[in-house]
This record gives sequence, C-alpha cells and structure tokens, in this order.
Amino acid sequence: MTPSHDVVLVGGGGAGLRAAIAIAETNPRLTIAVVSKVYPMRSHTVSAEGGAAGAIAPDDSLDEHAYDTISGGDWMCDQDAVEAFVKEAPQELLRLEHWGCPWSREADGRIAVRPFGGMKNMRTWFAADKTGFHMLHTLFQTSLKYASVVRYDEWFVTRLLVDDGRVQGVVAIDLKSGKVEAITARAVILCTGGCGKVFPFTTNAAIKSGDGMALAYRAGAPLKDMEFLQYHPTGLPFTGILITEAARAEGGLMLNKDGYRYLQDYNLGTPQPHPVLRTMELGPRDRLSQAFMKELEKGRTIETPYGHVVHLDLRHLGAKKINAKIPFVRELCIKYQGLDPVKELIPVRPVVHYMMGGVHTDINGATPLPGLYAAGETACVSINGANRLGSNSLTECLVFGARAGQAAAEYASLGLEVNPRVIAQKTDEHRRLEHDLLNKKGRERLATLREEMQKSMEQSAGIYRAGASLRTGMDEIRRLQERYADVAIEDHSRTFNTERIAALELGCMLDVAESIVTAATRREESRGAHQRTDFAKRDDVRYLAHSMIYRNADGSARVDYLPVTITRWPPAERVYGEKAPHGGPNHVADRALSSGAGV
Amino acid sequence: MADRITLQIARYRPEQESEATFDEFDVPCPKDWVILDGLNHVKDQLDGTLAYRWSCRMGICGSCGMTVNGEPKLTCATFLHEYAPGPIRVEPLRNFPVIRDLIVDIGDFMRKLVTVKPWVVRDEERPLAAGEFRQTPDEMDEYKQYSMCINCMLCYSACPIYGLDPKFLGPAAIALAQRYNLDNRDQGSGERMEVLSEHEGIWGCTFVGECTKVCPKHVDPAGAIQRYKLTAALESMKSFFLPRGA
Repeated sequence: MTPSHDVVLVGGGGAGLRAAIAIAETNPRLTIAVVSKVYPMRSHTVSAEGGAAGAIAPDDSLDEHAYDTISGGDWMCDQDAVEAFVKEAPQELLRLEHWGCPWSREADGRIAVRPFGGMKNMRTWFAADKTGFHMLHTLFQTSLKYASVVRYDEWFVTRLLVDDGRVQGVVAIDLKSGKVEAITARAVILCTGGCGKVFPFTTNAAIKSGDGMALAYRAGAPLKDMEFLQYHPTGLPFTGILITEAARAEGGLMLNKDGYRYLQDYNLGTPQPHPVLRTMELGPRDRLSQAFMKELEKGRTIETPYGHVVHLDLRHLGAKKINAKIPFVRELCIKYQGLDPVKELIPVRPVVHYMMGGVHTDINGATPLPGLYAAGETACVSINGANRLGSNSLTECLVFGARAGQAAAEYASLGLEVNPRVIAQKTDEHRRLEHDLLNKKGRERLATLREEMQKSMEQSAGIYRAGASLRTGMDEIRRLQERYADVAIEDHSRTFNTERIAALELGCMLDVAESIVTAATRREESRGAHQRTDFAKRDDVRYLAHSMIYRNADGSARVDYLPVTITRWPPAERVYGEKAPHGGPNHVADRALSSGAGV
Repeated sequence: MADRITLQIARYRPEQESEATFDEFDVPCPKDWVILDGLNHVKDQLDGTLAYRWSCRMGICGSCGMTVNGEPKLTCATFLHEYAPGPIRVEPLRNFPVIRDLIVDIGDFMRKLVTVKPWVVRDEERPLAAGEFRQTPDEMDEYKQYSMCINCMLCYSACPIYGLDPKFLGPAAIALAQRYNLDNRDQGSGERMEVLSEHEGIWGCTFVGECTKVCPKHVDPAGAIQRYKLTAALESMKSFFLPRGA
C-alpha cells in the first residue's frame, strides 16, 4: 500500500515545520507528511545564531525595513515580496512568542531587539545567540500537538512524482530499512534549506547539499538567481564555524594585521567608538567579505595554517556583556578555537554561508510547476536579492513557510486526485537506486569527486569572479558530472546506507554547482554578492532581472531573465556609512546605539 | 604529541553479522581535530561503509552522540588529542537498540517526548492583537536552562535507570516537561502531571545524577527531576487532604 497524504513537506527545519503548522491550522482535515533526511530538530535552522528581523520598535517602520532589505539586496529583490515580508514579519515572530520561543527580553518583560548589519534600526529579535536553535525547537515541539502531522524521520527524497504536468508526490528511501517508497500527495512543499556544501569552506552543516533545488530543477521548475551566494565575513578559520554578526552588533571590531579598522577604507564610514547602524562593522556582509579580499591583496591580513585571517576584537565588551548577549560565541571560541574572546582576538575569514537564489516561487511559495511549492533558503521568492541582510532569513522561513503552507493547503483542498499511474515511476527510481547505485562497481571515489567540485567552485565562483575562471569552472563541473556516472559505492547493504545517500547528495550538488556557474557566467555585471572583475559595475539596463535556469531535456542548462518587480523604491546607489542612504522613505538619521538593552 | 592515533570503531552490519565487532583505523591527530574529523577521515579515505550520524559539527544539532572510551560524548565537541596516545574506542550510545555501526534507534525518546506535551498549553489562546506575553529576564531564568536541551541523548545513554527500565520517561523528556511547566506563559502543568507522576515518570529516578554530568549543554536534568518530585509530592499531599473539587 503506497502511503498517501494531502501535502508532503520535504524538509523539517524552520520553513518546513512552520508550513506544516500552517496547513494543520488552515484545514485540519488535511493529512500532512514531514519527510526529512534527519530528525527535524537536527535541521540546520538549529545553527542560526544572531536573530530574526521584524520591525516593532517605536522609532522603526515597515518601510525602513523594506528599504534596508532592498538596498541591501542591491535592488534585486522583488519589492512586492519584500513588502509582504516586512508586514507579516512582526506577527510571525509574535506567534512564535506565543508558542513559547524564549526571546530575549527588556527588563520590563517586553521583547528586546538588537542591531544587525545593514539594518538602519534595531529590529532583530533574538534568543541570546542561539536564536535558530530556540526557534527550531519551539516549532518542532509545537508541531507535535497536531495529530494530522505525520513524520517520516530519516527518509531521503530522491525524486518528485510528476504526472500530467502536476507534482503528485515523492519517491524516498527509508534510511533505516533502505526501502524505496513512493509517497503520494496532492501538493509537495520543498523546504530543504541551502547548498553551502558545494563549496569547501562553509558555515553550512553536512546536510546542506541543495537537495530540494536539484529535485525541483530535475522536475522542470526553474532555479532563480543562483549566482548570488553569500560569504559571511566572520567564520573561524579551520572549522568554518560562524561567529555571529551579533558580535559586531554588540560592538565587536574588525582589525587587520596592524590592528587597524580597515573597513574605513572601503566606503563603509569612519570609525566611531560605539557601533553605528549601517556603518563600518555593521555594513552588509557582501561588502565586508569583499573588503577582506582587498586587504588580502594589500598584504594586510594574517597568515595561519588554515589560510589568511583578520581579527574580530570583542575584548573591550567585557565578560559580562559577552556572557549575556553572545554566550555561544564565547563557548564556540573556547571549545573550537582554544581561545577566550574576553581576553583574546578571534581569527576570522569569509566563509560561504547562504544561497540567495533557489527554486523560483511566487509570493505564495508556488513554483511554476502545479502542485509544487518551496519556502526558506531552498526557495527564491525573492526578498534577498543580490545580498541577504543578516536576520532576514529566519523570519523568511516563518513568513514564507506559513504562506506556502496556506497556499498548498488551499490547492490540496481543491479535490484534484492523484493519478494512480504516478506510482509506476517508483519502479524506474527503484532501478536507479538499487541497480545503478547500490550494486554498481564504479571506479571514482566519492570523497575525491566532492573535494574536486568544492575546490573548483571556490576557484571559479568565489567572492570575486571573472569570465575566464568561470569558464574553467564550468569545464571542470562538466567533467566531474561525467566522472560521477562512474562513482564507486563500497557499501552494498540497505540498512542505513549513508554512502548511498552521500552519492545522491553529490549528484544534487553537481546540478546546483552547474546552475551557480552558469548564472554567474551569464551575468556580466557586478551586483551585491556577485562581483565580476571583468565587469566591475552594476548594469541596470541589461541586468535588473532575475536569472532563471531551466534544465533542458539533454540535461544542459538554459538561462532566461525575468524582470525584477519594483513597487516604490526605484534603483539607486547603495550607500553605507555617514553619507547615509538618501533614497529611503521615512529615512532616519544615523545614530549611535545605546548600550543598555536588557537580555 | 603523536601525529596519529588509533580509532577502534564498533561495527555492526545486521545484514551480515549478528554481533558487533571492532575495526581499527589509524588516523591523523592534529590538535584541532575532533573525534568526528577522525570518523570522516575513515569514511572518506579508508572505508566508505562506516555508518554514523553527523551534521552541524558545532555542538548544537545533537546528531553525533557516541560512546567514546566508555563515556557518552558529542563527537564533534571531543578532541582526538585528549585521548593521546590512544587507542580511542568509539561505540554507539548505550541503552538504545543499535541500527547499524554507530547509529542507534531513538524512536523511544521521540514517542515519550510527545507524551509530556512539550508545547505551551493554554486554557485560551492569546490573540496576536494582544501582543506578547510579558516575561521578565528573571521569569525566563526559571526555565531557560531546561530549554537548552539539544536532544542529543547522552543523558539517556548515561542513565542507569533507563538502562534497566526502558519504560522510564528519562532525563531529557522530564527536563523538557519542566521547561514548559516553569514558563509563565504555560498553563499545562496539570495535564503533564498525569504522565510525570506515574511510576515510570519521575519516581523511577533514584538521583544518580549521571545525566547532569554528561549533558554537553548544562541542562541539569537531574535538578529538574528532583525539583519536580517536590512539586508532585506537594500536589499529592494536597489531593490527599483536599478532596477533588475543594
């Protein structure tokens, strides 16, 4: 008997669980399956540290949040989506408060907000510096009260079932038994998160292999804006563990090898003793990561066994503030870097962190493929444009997880039946997974292919790119795809075969890698996180448009462009530092931050 | 420091063998490698069939708990050099059925977790328009520690009671029940008491305290259990002296 549900969610992180709850509340009669390759509380939302943006302060406004997001995204955001996002953000965060999320508070018990990079006002809700952890566990535990939510923990989805142009379920492997099963559904929502593992040095967890992006792409849905990949400026050098932007928001300083606050040389303002919003250390991530590369060129970084670094200095904040506001930063530095940030400088370098692009969706999370939805980092709505602002992504999981859930619930309630013949597709997939993969005798070592892919992505599509390096990268990815067809699987057993899963993940990553390089090659301009040394300027005439990557029947990629939706904020120059943005409605003057907010 | 160390890794392949065996692997031991880096080296370079769980490798997802030289540990937060010159014995967490190699079945905990209703229970839902519940930093401190549980299962692995009586609710589930009981937004402590005050609830615990010792996040489940015993004893005395409805 093939398991059957009204809606199947692929992924059980922030977006997936929020969607599951939204479906349960929209229509309690619908049955919901959460199919995830890990237990939901292991999902990578758990690692998010700094916070979740939603304008609630008396001196803040939705328009300012929208303007910061749009200018931060270098005008690649769809402004209708951003307007919906900022409007629903505070309600979604409040809903999580009602569900028990331990948001940090002011002394009188109200929600506290903190500053964040690229944000003009304090609007980032936080749960110390384990915001993602607390959000995920709150969502997971809350989801347990809905009997209509059925979980398939540790099931890996390998394919979407498509019939008559409509997505009608998935094929998945139950890791524990190794069995291949079809799970049918009237609608499927992809919430599998990002794809940082395509690169060698990333904050992303091992599970972040772009599975949902590859599933959608192979089923015929386009990927959008895949050239926009975010490097976070402050990762620990060996592990890639993230040191949250909140460390800078609380007053942390970026120093080069001479102890100099080098960001002042890169149009990010002049150094002040206290953090100033949208200035210096509170500039956007793309600009800070690019500044690091320039310092590296100038020979002003520090060489370590794990590459060049700069320093993040928190010493002047003192133990009390560090323990109250960013205790996890201290815990991670002591544990993994063997140093105490109360007394020592933290070595940091840019690290791959977030994919702004993803599966193309409309404002309700619907992809162009009927029955298929996506939300969270897997999706590109797009509110992040060419560069995401820190603390917008956790909120995005909530706002667009809920929207996708509602839209899928409505679609699933229309009464469209699953065509029984889709189940036959399981047979094909079974053959691929068992015969082609489990029993094959390949010659190529999995880890070698993965490492070579990661290395060529870093070399060709890193912080700075050029036509020539991208073409080399594309050739290498194509060769790796050919070699992947001959991948060796030593493990032929069915029970919890993690090597088979790793091989499937590598297949997903190679598709995602190809889409990144393809989109980056075609975009002959520099915008946000996509910086071309051979096309150094933004070009609104040719490229104020989203890249849309489709998979051709022969497996190759085709690129189209879709105009960016502009509502109230016409394209302007991105300005940070004291020169101050001039284009924003209700713009407030720069102001120094008070330091007394409660915890 | 030696530049290499030996891992003795428990292997169990239910399709091929009925009992666990050990395989030895020699791995590099630089000062910043954790046990998990050693396992990844084995899987990538030496034996692709080794099965274990991992994800965030920053001590927050809770996936990679294993028994290291007899003690439950997060392998992403435990350094190889701490065990120099070795060898290091890596086994699955104890007190759980082993699915394969270093992977255990935690389904029992997942089922128990639901029974303690780990969510905010309200007599009446608070409308969004009413804004946030006020919760001062002191009120948050009442439960905050228990909210830090990452469900890594080290406490179940260390708990001698759970080892003897698998019906025992166990440290993490009780700590999470207390996390909500002590949250001023919650009104569900009465409903949770039915499950917690059963014999297999809190009373199973003889306060060995191993759970608190091994917890990588300082949740102190033993403290949660002791504290709840007092609450439950008071409630049961009240119901003895004050008949229902009084």
